[in-house]
Amino acid sequence: MAIRSRKTGKPAPRQMAPQGTLARAPKKAAERGIAAAQKSRTNGRPEPWVGRRYLRKEDPRLIQGISHYADDLRLPGMLHCVFVRSPHAYARIAGIHTGAARSSPGVVAVYTASDTKALGVVPCAGALPDLKIPRHPVLAEGHVRHVGEPVAAVIAEDLYQARDAAEKVQVEYDPLPAVVDPEKALAGTNFVHASVKSNQAFTHQLKNGDVDAAFSRADRVVKARFVNQRLAPVSMETRGVVAQYLPGEKTLTVWSSTQIPHLLKTQVALILGVPETHVRVVTPEVGGGFGSKLNVYREEAVVPFAAMQLGRPVKWSESRRENIAATIHGRDQINYVELALKKNGTILGMRARVISDLGAYHQLLTPIIPTLTALLISGCYKIGALQCDVVGVFTNKMATDAYRGAGRPEATYIIERMVDLAARELNLDPAEIRRRNFPKPREYPFATITGITYDSGNYENAMKKALELAGYSRLRARQKDAWKRGKYYGVGLSTYVEICAMGPSTAMPAGGWESGTVRVEPTGKITVLTGASPHGQGQETTFAQIVADIFGLTPDDVNIVHGDTAAVPYGIGTFGSRATAVGGTAMYIAAQKVKAKMAAIAAHLLGEKAAAMNFSAGRVGTKKKSLGFGEVVGAAYVARNLPPGVEPGLEATHFFEPSNFTFPFGTHVVSCEVDAETGHIRIDKYVAVDDCGNVINPLLVEGQIHGGIVQGVSQALFEEVIYNEDGQLVTGTLMDYSMPKAAQVPEFILERTCTPSPVNPMGVKGVGEAGTIASTPAVVNAVCDALRPLGITHIDMPLKPEKVWRAIQQARAAAAS
Amino acid sequence: MTKDIKIKINGVEHRASVEPRLLLVHFLREVAGLTGTHIGCETSLCGACTVMLEGRAVKSCTVLAVQADGASVTTVEGLAQSGALHPVQEGFWEEHGLQCGYCTPGMIMAAADLLEHSPAAAAGATPGDLEIREGLGGNICRCTGYQNIVAAVRSAARKMNRRKKAVAA
Ligand code: FES
Ligand code: FES
Repeated sequence: MAIRSRKTGKPAPRQMAPQGTLARAPKKAAERGIAAAQKSRTNGRPEPWVGRRYLRKEDPRLIQGISHYADDLRLPGMLHCVFVRSPHAYARIAGIHTGAARSSPGVVAVYTASDTKALGVVPCAGALPDLKIPRHPVLAEGHVRHVGEPVAAVIAEDLYQARDAAEKVQVEYDPLPAVVDPEKALAGTNFVHASVKSNQAFTHQLKNGDVDAAFSRADRVVKARFVNQRLAPVSMETRGVVAQYLPGEKTLTVWSSTQIPHLLKTQVALILGVPETHVRVVTPEVGGGFGSKLNVYREEAVVPFAAMQLGRPVKWSESRRENIAATIHGRDQINYVELALKKNGTILGMRARVISDLGAYHQLLTPIIPTLTALLISGCYKIGALQCDVVGVFTNKMATDAYRGAGRPEATYIIERMVDLAARELNLDPAEIRRRNFPKPREYPFATITGITYDSGNYENAMKKALELAGYSRLRARQKDAWKRGKYYGVGLSTYVEICAMGPSTAMPAGGWESGTVRVEPTGKITVLTGASPHGQGQETTFAQIVADIFGLTPDDVNIVHGDTAAVPYGIGTFGSRATAVGGTAMYIAAQKVKAKMAAIAAHLLGEKAAAMNFSAGRVGTKKKSLGFGEVVGAAYVARNLPPGVEPGLEATHFFEPSNFTFPFGTHVVSCEVDAETGHIRIDKYVAVDDCGNVINPLLVEGQIHGGIVQGVSQALFEEVIYNEDGQLVTGTLMDYSMPKAAQVPEFILERTCTPSPVNPMGVKGVGEAGTIASTPAVVNAVCDALRPLGITHIDMPLKPEKVWRAIQQARAAAAS
Repeated sequence: MTKDIKIKINGVEHRASVEPRLLLVHFLREVAGLTGTHIGCETSLCGACTVMLEGRAVKSCTVLAVQADGASVTTVEGLAQSGALHPVQEGFWEEHGLQCGYCTPGMIMAAADLLEHSPAAAAGATPGDLEIREGLGGNICRCTGYQNIVAAVRSAARKMNRRKKAVAA
């Protein structure tokens, strides 16, 4: 059958089909046009695939609506679960009456804490010395401590029946005064957990150098208080869990929309008391996570519990209201910061107090997140001395935990805002003060005052490129002109560094390694099993590009399998921009092991040296003598003529333990106009120069940066989870929680510099969070810069028009009086 | 109390006896078994559930199944024609207009509607970026930052115009 290209009508060239591999199955007609587009992007050359804008292998199923997210799963006899949740921030449960619900049509069971109190608790991986970990049961016991806390689970034949019955569960509450303000909570005597007798969950100090001396030597000290507001991650797919128990086989299968299938498997086994050998966790298609699915949630225990009790599959799909109330939140810190400065801008010392609002219960990493703020608080600067005190506070709110950047956006916001305030105080250009405090390229690996070692970097180079691209001096000229005309135009910079590729196990609560298995199948196709658990990042494509290069095949010859604990060796998961740098490296090394074995077999068959074997365009050998890839594979499996000591089969697994994190960096430049009459902010120009080391697929890197920037810009301008003084969640729907829309965000101009990481053989760093980390302070710096003539130094986020307008009015009134 | 209804979905008639309160999105997903239409909020705020009802985009979480009785609906599964992807689908793939893919079916349906009915498209021109951004105002994407979605729609518009011109010539 001849395939014709749509554009030219000529027969479409097929994607490179290396000889020696078996013919691939014909693509669906619908996908052929794209195969041609793919071809034109690759100029028809075979390897290297790495570095190309290769179109994603995931997309055909996603653009046709034929993939399966958790809510799309249907099992015979499946029941539906709906949770009854607390409407109060804090209350004693005086009684729960489930009779009416139980007799409601279609209801099979109603569970409360009296059924689940013997189960294990929701885990917290934090291990700080004075950390208080209050009991976190799977259903509320005795008290509810935040709006949305689950009190009962109703199981019925269909979703509508379960929802009807949930309304009939009567819970008697004795409301208690809620603990809402974290600063007041620290001093107060109204405790979120009576058993802890304090709202202080932990303290943590990071101290290095003579801080007092630095401050006494300082020419100037700049001080500020910042509020880094609470955010909701709002992945477009909410959470969802389906569980099935087979009593004969005693196997429990849990499908969950999670970023950490293996860790979840272990925890489900522990909570339910089921042997881990009989638990399987599968992540179906996952519709975004941003850290919110890097967790173990109550529902992930209750739904399998119900399935085991009832001997029927049970499904729960989180509603958006539940998602905003009972999926973790991010950020929520108050920061008091001081910088000790020399007149020339040198940063002598820094003091910071981080007050972290943890919410009512610890989720998996809740107390760890603000400690990451301390670790990155010196940003990309040489700072002489540092003291950072972190305190975690219980309040009657949902837990905070990892949300895109997880503690690092807070750190970057602190240091990047402070450096801008310092520049203003010392009358220096914001770019110049940064340049003066950067480590020089020869100083890497660079030991920071916070006690970590930056692997590689060239901050000045990235900044220079960004300033050029933005036309910095033209923007400054434009600003002068605007100010003259009574308009407010500002330019903001953020020169960031971040911590990626989490991380060496010594620095991680539950293992910082990752696993990868590479198996060349008898047909010559390659299966990769990775412990990483992508949920939108596109590793089915990028990992295939990497492996295709190693074996001289095409990405279509490689299938990446992830997110099934029955198929994939134990792994950690996808978060902290670790999948490629840690998971990809594990796979890379496993692939090299298999390749070495194939080289030995090929050399044996050809009578050559293994070191001379070259893998390219589907052949293995030297220029003169070679075998088809499939012939070597066949020899490994037929196993009649193997070199001495070589086992049959072609499979290897590697567990990669990185020696350090990686530290991507870059500079974002924003210019904006503030309408003084309305407080409205219009972003005029957004330039981002990012350095994430070597790049596997520029198309996907750009996508990560775009999405990241919008999340960060949106924190600066729009988003905020608000609990009122009674602890009521007033931003509980997408009507009230302000998500960015297409027309509210600008177009971005992206460039890269490339400083490979020495930490892994591919020289990659990670890029999942860079945009979010960099953009927030850049935007706020630009807005505050615009308002300089009014004497405004700082406005807390989100910079909603009303808030900006008020600040302008106040500044004008102050100037007039 | 249930009501007998029939809805033609992607050219195939589906009959069922449904409760009047059943949402169209649940009819599509649970009765017809077409799970490509996603639910992101159930309150008309995210656009994940967008489908074509009688040729115009609607949020299927905001329509009752009984309201669609006798009507014809196109979902993302029915967008590809005679084995070829719709230009908007191609645009999303070629321009990397999706990451997790959850908003994508709704985005694609909204974009297809936009290109069918926007004044610029009707005049044979490519809608400007602002028109595209505003036209997708009912659809939220958390992953892409929208830039590549705009590029995808722009590219689809060009492709559709080229084809229209080719047919006319
Ligand atoms: S699910 Fe219909 S608009 Fe969100
Ligand atoms: S691609 Fe994930 S929400 Fe749009």
